[in-house]
Amino acid sequence: MIGRSADVAIVGGGLMGVWTAFFLARSGRRVVLFEKGPVGAQSSGVNFGNLRLQGRFGGQYPLSLRSHALWEDFEALTGETCEFEATGHLYVAANADEAARLEGYARQAEAHGIAIERVGGNELRRRWPWLGEGVHAATYSARDATANPRLATPAAARAAARLGAEIREGVRVTDVRREGDGFTVELEGAGTLSFGAVVNAAGAWALSIAERFGESAPLFPAGPPHFVTEPVPYRIVPSVQAVDGSVIARQIPRGNVIMAGYPRTASDPVLNRAPVPPAKTLAGMGHLARTLPALRHAHVIRVWSGIEGYLPDMLPVIGPSVTTPGLFHAFGFCGHGFQLGPGVGAALAELIVDGTSPTPLTPFSIGRFGEGVAVSDKFLKEFDQPAAVTS
Amino acid sequence: MTRVAIVGAGPAGIRAAAALVEAGIRPVLLDEAARPGGQGYRTPSPGLDLDMAALMGSEAAHHARLHGLFAAIHDRVDYRPETLVWAVDGRTLHVATQGRAGMVAFDALLLATGATDRVVPCPGWTKPGVFTLGGAQAILKDQGCFIGRRVAFVGSSPLLLLAALQYQSLGAHVAAVVDTTPFGAKLAALPDLAASPRTLRRGIAYRTKLRAAGIPVHDGAAPVAIEGRDGVEGVRLRHGAREWTIACDAVALGHGLKPETQLADLAGAQFAYDPVFRQWLPETDADGRAGPSLYLAGDGAAIGGAYAAEASGTLAAAALLADHGRPQPKATLRRLRQEVARLRRFQRGLARAFAWPAGQAAALPDDATLCRCEGITAGEVRRAMAQPLGPREVNRVKAITRVGMGRCQGRICGPALADIVAAAAGLDHAAVGRLRGQAPVKPIPLVLGAEPAG
Ligand SMILES: Cc1cc2nc3c(=O)[nH]c(=O)nc-3n(C[C@H](O)[C@H](O)[C@H](O)COP(=O)(O)OP(=O)(O)OC[C@H]3O[C@@H](n4cnc5c(N)ncnc54)[C@H](O)[C@@H]3O)c2cc1C
Ligand SMILES: Cc1cc2nc3c(=O)[nH]c(=O)nc-3n(C[C@H](O)[C@H](O)[C@H](O)COP(=O)(O)OP(=O)(O)OC[C@H]3O[C@@H](n4cnc5c(N)ncnc54)[C@H](O)[C@@H]3O)c2cc1C
Repeated sequence: MIGRSADVAIVGGGLMGVWTAFFLARSGRRVVLFEKGPVGAQSSGVNFGNLRLQGRFGGQYPLSLRSHALWEDFEALTGETCEFEATGHLYVAANADEAARLEGYARQAEAHGIAIERVGGNELRRRWPWLGEGVHAATYSARDATANPRLATPAAARAAARLGAEIREGVRVTDVRREGDGFTVELEGAGTLSFGAVVNAAGAWALSIAERFGESAPLFPAGPPHFVTEPVPYRIVPSVQAVDGSVIARQIPRGNVIMAGYPRTASDPVLNRAPVPPAKTLAGMGHLARTLPALRHAHVIRVWSGIEGYLPDMLPVIGPSVTTPGLFHAFGFCGHGFQLGPGVGAALAELIVDGTSPTPLTPFSIGRFGEGVAVSDKFLKEFDQPAAVTS
Repeated sequence: MTRVAIVGAGPAGIRAAAALVEAGIRPVLLDEAARPGGQGYRTPSPGLDLDMAALMGSEAAHHARLHGLFAAIHDRVDYRPETLVWAVDGRTLHVATQGRAGMVAFDALLLATGATDRVVPCPGWTKPGVFTLGGAQAILKDQGCFIGRRVAFVGSSPLLLLAALQYQSLGAHVAAVVDTTPFGAKLAALPDLAASPRTLRRGIAYRTKLRAAGIPVHDGAAPVAIEGRDGVEGVRLRHGAREWTIACDAVALGHGLKPETQLADLAGAQFAYDPVFRQWLPETDADGRAGPSLYLAGDGAAIGGAYAAEASGTLAAAALLADHGRPQPKATLRRLRQEVARLRRFQRGLARAFAWPAGQAAALPDDATLCRCEGITAGEVRRAMAQPLGPREVNRVKAITRVGMGRCQGRICGPALADIVAAAAGLDHAAVGRLRGQAPVKPIPLVLGAEPAG
């Protein structure tokens, strides 16, 4: 259309934004992506790096598996590496109740064709001799993987740029308005531009755009506390996670052990702060020392967290606006969006280009909040103070 | 009663503690070191027969006075040695004492955390036998050892002369003192240096004594590389077109000091760029106030040397008392402010006379190690920056390349990194940012978390 700067504007240069740019550009669309800072410097760049298939919401498996295949193809797609490694994921239970939960997750995953091994007793210690005594049973998924979040988003952004997408770093979108059958996008200190469609991939900041179009979601900014140890000899290959969320740990080949654990802490998207209470660091150190006792004397060298958008049902918003044709959302990934990034980009691009995607996205509609959503058990247990939510 | 926590038992922390004790407050004085005195005025290990008069030279009486003061207030201070403060959370300090976690609640916090060495890397600087200047001094004062038999002192710092003299007077062979700042810059800094004529005279005396002892002092020469197969065999130097090698088996490397500001950062201090020191310094008012109930003193606030540390410690304690309902005599405050301002002016002169060689850091060869914890070269940083959407700010460079991500968290390589990033991005030094601080301030073992904090 005459007068349009490009076909699609993407707000937000996290994984969701850059992969959407990538697939739109690959389909021949003219795309401009706006990122207020550098690409991949928020949640997408500071996350734990798990590409976990075990223990996901059932309705998300088609999207998740699609995304996984794209991660496995990362090098071919982007021409760069991001330390992607099929390390496997070991989900550990401390007692029979937790083991029963693992069994539930395992069946869910198997129903979608994921191979899950159930391991208990002596076998557990034989295969993973570094596990602490408190571990009672485990499930293992070999296809689960890890990657380096610091490298992944900039690599995907460069690949999108090579396909013709324009990536504009350091440009904040201050307003998006309807204009005819398209949109006017206002940029801080850089004028306005017009587009046929807009993708709202603004992470924990996404409501300011959605609410301009009369729709919203009970988004809550928070982040899990993380820490990393100095390098110690590389032994722990799979990513290890306790069912109760007290330990989420992995070792990278250079030896450092990265650790995360719940409860999450509220973060501040306005001041751009993600505090890590030292008491949580200490608690996490204790949990890790018990689960992987060989690490008892390793030193913690740094803590961090991030600014992630959470929703009470612990599911993201992905898909078209329910009020405004041409507007698409992808935000509120509730701590599991690293794995979903490439899949979300591929599916959103199809929605925009073809009007439909073979990947089912209806459970993730922004419309669901109007009717009052079920509050996830995880939402109640995995945060300091669950935001007051009406269900 | 106001609960006051002081971190750092160097000249600044001891003076602050003394002022509080005088006002009837019993402060908690925390220091990760085993003995009081801080960096420059440290106490040797027990049982070590060091000639302190020879070691401290003209500072011996001063050293004795500070330790005498500490002895006098000892029983009125809750002194906790071997206690690392690793995090600040609101009005609570998180500490580690001999492998055990603890917490200290406070109403007011006075940070007197001192400084560490600032170094410009050069090819070969990671060889065994290369020490930071402060490390070379600490080994001597703590353990009575030399870092080598034939030691070269390289960098740019007034402490270079002092340390060389300390080594020489205790019997080490000093191969040379190599100061990268040209002599002309030193002359140009004289007006500021005249703010403290006593210290200026001392500095000139150091040079004279070194010369008299036959030790070559080279001004304006730069190290090209530290050479040797397994350890250090020599330093290759360049001055203008001339290149030559000095034989030595150890090198003490130092380009002045940088404040230890991680705790101030965690406690919420704001930072501003200082073009003379080429450093980001915590912002304080003239008395050391850095935020609500947060006070900074000594080298941890701004490099000022031991005398400024003492005066600023007393001053910050006075400000703290005044803010907590005990007004201080105006005349005392005025005198202390003038004293601190004068001594810090002198230090600005020193920062010019012993300048940070920004060009040398920016020109570090591609294959030279920049971050020794992670083994990242200068070239890796430049290549990461050169690619499309490459980083242009130090925290992003760290995220992409791992430079500064190791044990020391960029405390060693951070200053040189900023110069390399600024040069590669074509930006002003101030525009490339500063590495953000995070807990822990120093590495802490996992076992610390195995027992609940008490
Ligand atoms: C500490 C932590 C650990 C995690 N661990 C995992 C894990 O192991 N596995 C997993 O799958 N997921 C994990 N996650 C979740 C995952 O990182 C996120 O779900 C995912 O990165 C979200 O991507 P995004 O693009 O939606 O958001 P972001 O990466 O936050 O990107 C949004 C971008 O939008 C930009 N922006 C916002 N407003 C504007 C505006 N007005 N104009 C221009 N730009 C704007 C922001 O600057 C930001 O860069 C973790 C999250 C955190 C915080
Ligand atoms: C290595 C070195 C050698 C020096 N040698 C000399 C010299 O020979 N002569 C001279 O005149 N000047 C010397 N100086 C300069 C002089 O020491 C300083 O100007 C003066 O000591 C500053 O006093 P201060 O109280 O500010 O800090 P310092 O004396 O450095 O004291 C700071 C104290 O804080 C403690 N500390 C810091 N962080 C923490 C934490 N997180 N937890 C617990 N404790 C903490 C440290 O252990 C230290 O004891 C030297 C400086 C350094 C760095």
